[in-house]
Amino acid sequence: MAILEVKSVSISFGGLRAVDDFSVTIEKGELYGLIGPNGAGKTTVFNLLTGVYRPDEGTIRLDGQDITGKKTIEINQAGIARTFQNIRLFKELSVLDNVKAGLHNHYVYSTLEGILRFPRYRKMERAMDERAMELLAVFDLDNEADYKASNLPYGKQRKLEIARALATDPKLLLLDEPAAGMNPNETAELMETIRFVREHFDMTILLIEHDMKLVSGICEKLTVLNFGQVLTQGNTADVLKDRRVITAYLGE
Amino acid sequence: MSFLSYLINGISLGSVYAIIALGYTMVYGIAKMLNFAHGDIIMVGAFAVFTIVSTWGYPPVVGVLGAVVFCTILGVVIERVAYKPLRGTSKLAVLITAIGVSYLLQNLALLIFGSNSHQFTSVVTLPNLKLADGALTISSVTIVTIVSCVVIMAVLLTFINKTKIGQAMLAVSEDNGAATLMGIDVNRTIAVTFAIGSALAAIAGALLCSAYPSLTPYTGSMPGIKAFVAAVFGGIGSIPGAFIGGILLGVIENMSKAYISSQLSDAIVFSVLIIVLLVRPTGIMGKKINEKV
Amino acid sequence: MIQTGLISSLLKGLLVPLCTYAILAVSLNLTVGILGELSLGHAGFMCVGAFSGAFFTNVMADAIPGTGVRLFLALLIGAAVAGIFGVLIGIPVLRLKGDYLAIVTLAFGEIIKNLINTMYVGVDAGGLHFSIKDTTSLGLDETGVVIIKGPQGITGTPKAATFTIGILVLLITVFIVLNLINSRSGRAIMAIRDNRIAAESIGIPVTRFKLMAFSISAALAGAAGVLYAHNLSSLAATTNNFGYNKSIAILVFVVLGGLGSVRGSIIAAVILTLLPELLRGLNDYRMLIYAIVLIVMMI
Repeated sequence: MAILEVKSVSISFGGLRAVDDFSVTIEKGELYGLIGPNGAGKTTVFNLLTGVYRPDEGTIRLDGQDITGKKTIEINQAGIARTFQNIRLFKELSVLDNVKAGLHNHYVYSTLEGILRFPRYRKMERAMDERAMELLAVFDLDNEADYKASNLPYGKQRKLEIARALATDPKLLLLDEPAAGMNPNETAELMETIRFVREHFDMTILLIEHDMKLVSGICEKLTVLNFGQVLTQGNTADVLKDRRVITAYLGE
Repeated sequence: MSFLSYLINGISLGSVYAIIALGYTMVYGIAKMLNFAHGDIIMVGAFAVFTIVSTWGYPPVVGVLGAVVFCTILGVVIERVAYKPLRGTSKLAVLITAIGVSYLLQNLALLIFGSNSHQFTSVVTLPNLKLADGALTISSVTIVTIVSCVVIMAVLLTFINKTKIGQAMLAVSEDNGAATLMGIDVNRTIAVTFAIGSALAAIAGALLCSAYPSLTPYTGSMPGIKAFVAAVFGGIGSIPGAFIGGILLGVIENMSKAYISSQLSDAIVFSVLIIVLLVRPTGIMGKKINEKV
Repeated sequence: MIQTGLISSLLKGLLVPLCTYAILAVSLNLTVGILGELSLGHAGFMCVGAFSGAFFTNVMADAIPGTGVRLFLALLIGAAVAGIFGVLIGIPVLRLKGDYLAIVTLAFGEIIKNLINTMYVGVDAGGLHFSIKDTTSLGLDETGVVIIKGPQGITGTPKAATFTIGILVLLITVFIVLNLINSRSGRAIMAIRDNRIAAESIGIPVTRFKLMAFSISAALAGAAGVLYAHNLSSLAATTNNFGYNKSIAILVFVVLGGLGSVRGSIIAAVILTLLPELLRGLNDYRMLIYAIVLIVMMI
C-alpha cells in the first residue's frame, strides 16, 4: 500500500519553476532516495511535503489522506516528520527535552495541570521520560540525556534530530542529507542506524543524499531530480546505470 | 489657511524627525543595534549650541558648527568605548549598554545644567515669511528646517552612492563578514557611520530647540523614540524610507494635535506605526526577508 | 544610630516596590528569556493592571469594606485584565520579529499610558460613565463619584499592599513561572525560542504557545501593577511610572539577572532598585554611577 502519493506537484518562485510536475509513490516500509545535483529542487520537495510551501499545482496524499496545502503542524500530526539539512535542534534544551518536545502531541496535559502539578502532570511526565529514554537508547544517546543539545558532537546531533522526529510517531520519515559533513566511518555507522530505524520502527523513509555510497548501499528506489524535474525514477541499480543520470551529475 | 499652516509645521517637525531618523537608520543598518542613546545626542547637541551661543556669546553659526564637531567626537568615542567591545556578542547586551549610555548622558547633563528648563535661543535669525497678505505666516525656523532636511538627505544619498566609504557602508550593512573578506575596514566604516549619525543628531537638536525652545536633559528622549519609529515606519536601514517616515510622522502628529486631540497625538502616531507594520512587516520601503528552511 | 534608623525607614518604604519590581522582572523574563521575544512595553501591562485594580478597589469601597479582601480581588482582576490585554496585543504583535516586535510593544505601552491619561471614569447610581474630555462631561448625578480623573489618575486608593502580601504575590509568580518552564507547555515555548521551524516540524502550535507565554507574562505584570497602585495614595499614568523608560528599566533587570534565570531576575531587581537608594549620600552623582555600573557590567 502506498504511504505517500505525490501527483504532478509544481511550485514557482518569481517565475522560476523550482519544482515542476513532480510525482512519486512510496510504498510502506520502503527506503527511498531523492537525489540530484545541487539546486535541483530536492529540499524544495521536502518543504512542499511538510507544508513549508504550498504547491501551486498537484496533490499530496499521505496514507490515503489528502494533505495538500495543509500547515506544517497539521502535516506532522498527520504523520510526516523530518530532519533538516542544516541541523535544527533546540540548542538550549537538554538532549532529553529535545526528544520530549517531539512527544508534545502524544502525552497531553493542560498548562494549568502543569503549573499546579496535578497528578496527571506527574504521570505524563514520567511516561514521557520513559519513552524519550527508550528512543535515546536506540541512538546510543541515553548517556548524554542531560547534556545541552548544542554540546553534543556533530554526528550525535544528527542522530538526536532523527530521534526527535521519530518521537512524533510518524508514518513517513524525511531525512535531508543525513550524512552531510560526516567522515566515511560516521557515514557507515549512520547507514546502520537508518537501516535499524526502518526495521525497529517499521518506518518508511525518504532521504535526500549526495553520498552515492550511502544511497546505493541502503536505498531500494530512487528518484533523480534535475532542474526541478524528474529525470528518472525506479530501482536503485537501474537508475544509477542510466546514462542521463551520469550526465546530469558529471556534465556533458 | 490654518490647514496649510498645520501642514507646513507638520512637515517641519517631520523634517527634524527625518534628520534624526537618517542617523538612526544608518547606525541600525550597519551596527544592527537599537541605539537608545541616539536621542540623547540630540540633547547634547542642543546644550552645546546653548552653551556656545547663550553662555559664551558666539554667533549661532559657530554654535551649530561647534555642536556638530562636539557630537561627532562624542558619537565616535561612545562607539569605541561602549559598543565596540560588545560587537559580536548578544544584541541584548548592546541594547542594555546603549541604555546605560543614555542614562549616562542624561545624568551628566543633569549635573552640569540642572533639571530646570533652559530657554533656547533660536539659531535661525532670519525674518519670518508672510504670505497671502499676512494670512499665512511661515516661521524662518520652519523653512530652514525643511531645507536642511532636504539638503542633508541629498548629500547623504550622494555620499553613499558616489564615495568609496559610502559604498563600504552599504557593503557592511549588507554583509559584515563578506565586507571584511573584501578588504573593507569594518571598524572604520562603523566609526564613520556613528560620526555622521551623531553630527546629524546635533543639527537636529539645534533645529528642534529653535522650534520648541525649552531645553532639559530629557529633551532628546521622546524625539529620539519618535525618530526611531519614523525609521521603522519607512523601513529601517533605508535612507529614503527614513526621510518619508520622518515627514509622515511629523505631519500625522501635527494634524492629530490640531484636529483630534493634543493629548492623544502620541497614541495616534504609535497606532499608525502599528498598522503600517502589520500590513508591511518591514516598513514602507523595507526589504522583505524570507527565512530559509 | 540616626543613620541606621534612616536606612531602615528608607528600606521599609522600599519593601513593596522591591516585590513589585521583582515580579515585573520575573514576568518579563518569561517573554524575553523563555519565549525569546524582546518586549519594550511591559510597563504598559503593569499600567493596565494598576488602573483596573485600583479602579476596582475604589468602586467597591462600600460594597466590600475589608481592604484585604478587596486587594485580593483587585489582584485577580488586575491580572485578568492585563492578561486579556496581553492576548489582544499579542495576536497582532507576535507576528512580527526581533526589533520590529520590540518597537511595536513599545508603541503599545505608550498608547496604553496615553489613553489612560485622557480617560475620565465616574460612577453613580446609574452605573459607570466614561468620557475622554473632562469630569463635567461625565454627566454624573448627585451621588456620583469620579474615579479616574484623566491625567490626575486615581486618588485615594487605600495603601493596602504590605510587604507580606508583596512577598506572597512574588512567590506565587515564581511558582507559576518555574512550574510553567518545567512543564510540557514550557518546553514547547522554549522549543519555539530555540528554533521555530523545527518546533513547527514536530507539530507544536507556535502561535498558541507564543500567545500563552506573552499573556501569562502580561497578567503577572498586571498583578505587580495592582501591588504598585495599592502602595501609592495617588496613581497617575506618568512617563516615570509607566512610560517606556520603566519598561526598559525592567528589561535591564532581566538581562543583568540572566535570560531565563528566575533567581537572577529577582536578585538583579533587588540590587538595582536598592543601588541608587544606597548611593543617596552621593546625591547628584548616584544616577551617574548607576549608569556607569550598567555599562561596565555589560562590557
